[in-house]
Amino acid sequence: MASSLDVAKIAVDRVRCTGHGICAQTLPDSITLDEWGYPIVTDDQADPDEAKLAVKLCPARALYLR
Amino acid sequence: MLDGSALWYLSRATGVVTVVLFTVVFCLGVITAGRRRPQGHAATIVMGVHRWLSLGMLVFLAVHIITAIVDGYVSISWLAVVLPFVSDYQPLLVGLGTLAVDLLIVVMVTSYLRHRIPERIWRGLHWVSYAMWLVAIVHGFMMGTADQPGLRLTTLACGVIGGAAVVWRTIVTHADRDRRELINAQEWS
Ligand code: HEM
Ligand code: SF4
Repeated sequence: MASSLDVAKIAVDRVRCTGHGICAQTLPDSITLDEWGYPIVTDDQADPDEAKLAVKLCPARALYLR
Repeated sequence: MLDGSALWYLSRATGVVTVVLFTVVFCLGVITAGRRRPQGHAATIVMGVHRWLSLGMLVFLAVHIITAIVDGYVSISWLAVVLPFVSDYQPLLVGLGTLAVDLLIVVMVTSYLRHRIPERIWRGLHWVSYAMWLVAIVHGFMMGTADQPGLRLTTLACGVIGGAAVVWRTIVTHADRDRRELINAQEWS
C-alpha cells in the first residue's frame, strides 16, 4: 500500500469547511489560510501519514484525500 | 495485595480524576464547536487533546469501576457496569454512573468510526455528550463521601466550569456562522 501512496493528494470541501484553520497547522507546507481563516491549498501533494492525520483532525470533515 | 480499604481509596481517587479529565475533554469539545476565530496553534491543540485525552481518560475510568466492584465494601455486581440501576448498593446513583458509561461507549465507538458514519448521525450522537457529562457529574457529586469535602468540591468545580462552557457555547459568536449569515443576507445576483 505504502508504495502507491508515496504522496497523498489533498483537497478541501469548501461547503463543509467551517474555518477552524487546523489543516494549515497540520499541513503547513500545503495549506495556508486566507484573511477569513479559510484554507487555501497551495500544494495538493502531501506526505500520506501527515495528510491522514490532518484529515482526522479536521473538525468539519472538510479535508479529504483524493 | 491491596486490601479493601486501599482499593476503596483508589476507587474514589480515580473517580475524581476521571471527572476532572472528562470535564477537560468536554470543555475542549465545546470550545471546538463554539470557537471564534482560529488563533495560532490553539485550535489544533484543542482538537488533538480532545481526541486523545478521551482515550487516556478511559484508564482512570476502568480503574475506578474495577476497584469499586472488587473492594468488597459494598455489593455491586459486574452486570452493573453496563446495565443501569441493577446495583444492590445505591441503585440510582451507581446507575447514573452506569448510564454515563453506556453513553460513553456510544460516543467513543461512533467517534472512532466517524469516517464511516454520515456527519449528521455522528453529530446527533456526539450531542449525547452533554447528557453524559451531566449524568457523570451528578453521579460523582452525589456519591462523593462526606468525609472528604475536597473530592466533592472538585466535582462541584468541574460542574461549574463545564456549565460555564455550555453557557459560553450558546451565546458565543461563531466566526463561520457569522460569515455564512452575512453571505446569505446579500442580494443574489
Ligand atoms: C469522552 C468522550 C468525548 C466527549 C465527552 C466529547 C464531548 C464533545 C462535546 C461536548 C463537543 C461539542 C459538541 C457541540 O456542541 O456541537 C464535542 C465536539 C467534537 N468532538 Fe467530542 N467528545 C468526546 C470524544 C470525541 C472523540 C473520541 C472524537 C474523535 C475521534 C471527538 C471529536 C469531536 C469533534 C470533531 C468535535 C467538533 C464538532 C464541531 O466542530 O462542531 N470527540 N465533543
Ligand atoms: S481543518 Fe477543516 S474545517 Fe478547519 S479550515 Fe481546514 S478544512 Fe476547514
